[in-house]
Amino acid sequence: MKRQFPLFLVFIFGLFMVFQYFVPHETSEWVYEFLLDWILVIGIFALALGIWSLYKVSVDKIKTRKANWGYSYVTLFGLFVMILFGFTSQNGDSWGWYFIFVATVMLTIGMVIQAMVSSGQKGLSLILAGVFLVASVLIGMFDNAWSFHFYTAEGLQNSMFRAFFDHILIPILSTMFSLLAFFIASAAYRAFRARNLLASLLLLAALIVMLRFNPYLSPIFGDYMAKTSNWLMNVPNMAAQRAIVIGIGLGIVATALKVILGIERGYMGKG
Amino acid sequence: MSRTAVIVFAIVVVLFAVSWVAKAVVLSDTSDSGTLDAFLVTVAAFLTLAIYSFLYKDNPYYKFAEHLFVGVSAAFWMCQGFWTTIVGNLLPRLSEGMANWFMQPYQPGGYDLGFLNLSYTVLYWIPVILGLLLLMRLSPKGGWLSRWPLALIIGTTAGLNFVRYLRSDFIVQVSSTFVPLLGQEPHQWQGIGAFFSNFSLDASGQFVALLANWVIFIGVFCGLVYFFFSKEHTGLFGRASRVGIWVLMITFGASFGYTVMGRISLLVGRLTFLFEDWLGLIT
Repeated sequence: MKRQFPLFLVFIFGLFMVFQYFVPHETSEWVYEFLLDWILVIGIFALALGIWSLYKVSVDKIKTRKANWGYSYVTLFGLFVMILFGFTSQNGDSWGWYFIFVATVMLTIGMVIQAMVSSGQKGLSLILAGVFLVASVLIGMFDNAWSFHFYTAEGLQNSMFRAFFDHILIPILSTMFSLLAFFIASAAYRAFRARNLLASLLLLAALIVMLRFNPYLSPIFGDYMAKTSNWLMNVPNMAAQRAIVIGIGLGIVATALKVILGIERGYMGKG
Repeated sequence: MSRTAVIVFAIVVVLFAVSWVAKAVVLSDTSDSGTLDAFLVTVAAFLTLAIYSFLYKDNPYYKFAEHLFVGVSAAFWMCQGFWTTIVGNLLPRLSEGMANWFMQPYQPGGYDLGFLNLSYTVLYWIPVILGLLLLMRLSPKGGWLSRWPLALIIGTTAGLNFVRYLRSDFIVQVSSTFVPLLGQEPHQWQGIGAFFSNFSLDASGQFVALLANWVIFIGVFCGLVYFFFSKEHTGLFGRASRVGIWVLMITFGASFGYTVMGRISLLVGRLTFLFEDWLGLIT
């Protein structure tokens, strides 16, 4: 039951998804649509599992004082503050005591975590957590400038939720990617040496494509650079990409077949 | 914490405060929430600089931004998933009571199989139960139950990928490779004489169209030969493999150039943010 039933389920659902493609019946398409919906719903529970895992890993790291444990507080702060923003929203033009409320909630959570991880001074942390909790409850009860939204998705419209997305997530993400420009330039310096035919081909193709997208240098070469670059991208590039894609496709098909037939069982873990 | 680290930290805090105040003064003329907007722009700018500080070496400011990103993005996707999938699509189909509770329009429905009428209420409780079983992974004794929903996801995805990739990554790619090597309308092959009399290097000419078809066909074939490791790459096979690696090198070069330009455009975007939105040095 522990290992055989999941294998049976994989076989049945895998086989169904393969055969439904060739059965253009209404029922087959209906079951297909439902299975896709089911996967989405189960995926959300998996996300909850991931959040719990992140929380536990961070708390454990603080508890055991592993390297860089202090930054786990930053992760937990980001996690809880964003969840709070996702379930609250502003009622009028003023925020009222909202930010003090956010601070007291964060301090409550921080003190509870502190009580969980520390061996001594548990009582003091719990007392402080209680004080901050009372403060946050009082603000929540008497401040009308904002309100909780557990029933509607107003939280997603919360300007602070959007602001954290626009001013924290997006800047860090795009800066991380732009950081690669420096590392790629460093890698290019080492790789782009026309030592032999293969390295020269690599260098030439990269130069043509880069010159084509350079707003200052591209006009010097007129239309030719754009045409050559387009031909390079659409013909030899596509040919090699196609060879790679065929290889990847065959690999995925073989892996899917191994999973359906129960040869590949790594996803079940041990036990 | 070393003395230098404390001094650097103090300088960062002072710079942050100065930036916040200066930006708030500038924004107070145009915005009602100037102080908050100034704080957010300053935070975005300092986080950008914190990430760039990694170019020097790994440091506490980079680690701070990295850890903050992990927490904020996990919560962002959780909130999105909860409100859009659970509240938006699942609960209104489970029951009218739940739909009303969450102020969502009730979505009744189902499917009549002929011998059995399945309602949404029955059908959508199944993934909820499976989702709850997935959470059993947290239990030391009932962890094996989480394999059931996992098996459904793995099996469905494997079956879906089998057909999808066989079609899109194999059959479609192979059929697209079998291009007419002697040309097609409007470049139909009309003999060697006609070919040379109408010879032109123009992109719309017959020569360029034929060359493209030949390069694609030979490129794909030789590329595949290069990836075929069950036979030693010697003789004619080795020569084809050699051509394959030439084509692959052109692709890697082109992809490299394309990626570099993409990253540089992101870098330009971040620098524009720093110098325009934050410092206001360019307009």
